[in-house]
Amino acid sequence: MARKTSNARRWGFTILAWGVALLIFFPILWTILTSFKSEADAIASPPKFLFFDWTTENYTEVRARSPYFRHFMNSVIISVGSTLLGLLIAIPAAWSMAFQPARRTKDLLMWMLSTKMMPAAGVLIPMYLLFRDWGLLDTRIGITVVLMFINLPIITWMLYTYFREIPSEILEAARMDGATLSSEIIHVLTPMAVPGIASTLLLNVILAWNEAFWTLNLTTSKAAPLTTFIASFSSPEGLFYAKLSAASTMAIAPILILGWFSQKQLVRGLTFGAVK
Amino acid sequence: MATRHQKTLARLMVAPSVLLLLGWMVVPLAMTLWFSFQSFNLLSPGMEQFIGWTNYKYFLSDPAFWTAMQNTLLLVGGVLVITVGGGVLLALLLDQPMFGQGLVRILMIAPFFIMPTVSALVWKNMFMNPVNGLFAWLAKSVGAQPIDFLAQYPLMSIIVIVAWQWLPFATLILLTALQSLDSEQMEAAEMDGAGAWAKFTHLILPHMSRAITVVILIETIFLLSVFAEILVTTNGGPGYQSTNLTFLVYSQALLQFDVGGASAGGIIAVILANIVAIFLMRMIGKTLE
Repeated sequence: MARKTSNARRWGFTILAWGVALLIFFPILWTILTSFKSEADAIASPPKFLFFDWTTENYTEVRARSPYFRHFMNSVIISVGSTLLGLLIAIPAAWSMAFQPARRTKDLLMWMLSTKMMPAAGVLIPMYLLFRDWGLLDTRIGITVVLMFINLPIITWMLYTYFREIPSEILEAARMDGATLSSEIIHVLTPMAVPGIASTLLLNVILAWNEAFWTLNLTTSKAAPLTTFIASFSSPEGLFYAKLSAASTMAIAPILILGWFSQKQLVRGLTFGAVK
Repeated sequence: MATRHQKTLARLMVAPSVLLLLGWMVVPLAMTLWFSFQSFNLLSPGMEQFIGWTNYKYFLSDPAFWTAMQNTLLLVGGVLVITVGGGVLLALLLDQPMFGQGLVRILMIAPFFIMPTVSALVWKNMFMNPVNGLFAWLAKSVGAQPIDFLAQYPLMSIIVIVAWQWLPFATLILLTALQSLDSEQMEAAEMDGAGAWAKFTHLILPHMSRAITVVILIETIFLLSVFAEILVTTNGGPGYQSTNLTFLVYSQALLQFDVGGASAGGIIAVILANIVAIFLMRMIGKTLE
């Protein structure tokens, strides 16, 4: 039986939770609000919360003054590219580990995760020198491949977790019914695997979009994604709060929406199904 | 039953990812190890030579290393305490009956999706700036002296920024675990007259322990290599007050061009991470059974 809750209790928790949530969300809200202010309003004291002259000139100016679109496209290409590349390698591996587990499969998975524990600082120098010698510094291909490696263990783990939940009895039943291998793959396996693959794709695009250590160290301008682009605002130019806010809003909006969209998968994906 | 043929096929399918990851790990690590025994500066190419343990001696006797080491532990530990503690409280709050729970959750989870360079710049300029940051205005409006957070308390400020980014993650994971708690068990405990505290310590906390383990594991992986937040806000300073190991290796290699010294630092970072990893992998290994 569901517990009866008094209205007062419910309102109390509602007010408290909304207060905390708004406090946590406030820096983002403030950035979005500031992006619509004039520079003078942006640093006004006392601060102007809602009553200012709303303007979109910051957005126009950020796009006019800098190759914002190029950085945006770099972010898209790098994060989607590295994820697709990772999926290409990880899908067969995860598939066979889930359905044909060997004696050492568990150890192998643990080892893969342990490569994530290797601090980036330990491999930064060789990667930087190799990139320099191979002419890969500040190229999209170079940074895409590095991010693929960074996320490969997580992609493999996530896919393994999803695939393992596909009951193998279903396969056997389909086979009993005389399904051919191709119809088995098209009608039985793919529909069951696609949701897991989609979640993995979504989450790894988010992780790659926000990854900053490698993008900051291996790209400067041509291949620089939004992480590097925004970091360039830490120079004196960053003192223009309204423009910084407009650029920031443009950098975070797509991934924030994607993130909200996939919060349920986030829990399963990043905890490898250990938390339900 | 798997036939021999299927087994071979399965191995072949696993092989590319294993070989690639092995290469990704072994090649750079071997190079770092090699460089760490060389006198190697990017400014004087062609002068490389074997110098034994000298790089390690210099790196380990440099006070900057010990500061960075301490900062790394404080950063990881501080953020873990704030996010796990705060995450438990927020998860308990979000689990209560309320209006608009879905929206509250969406607002709370948002910081996790913000790229580190953006959150660092927003906090640095719009909140912690001693002249026109919001905190300065708050301080002035109650008649206090504004604080230059990033100059006076650099490491603490960075811990706050990083904790803000990771608190939503901990909250979401812990809330998910909390919601899978058996309500019948809770009611049985209530019938037996268990108070709120007893329910929390005997039922809720043990139920959440697995989720807490996972949160600690995932966060540690990412927190050991916090970089962008430091680069954008304090650049490691003042002095070395907010330099962690990752940032120290970066500055030695790419700002001072001392590849040999930085490599020794990188190897030490790897060893430390492995000590932490052994504990964590044991924990997660049990959790995932």
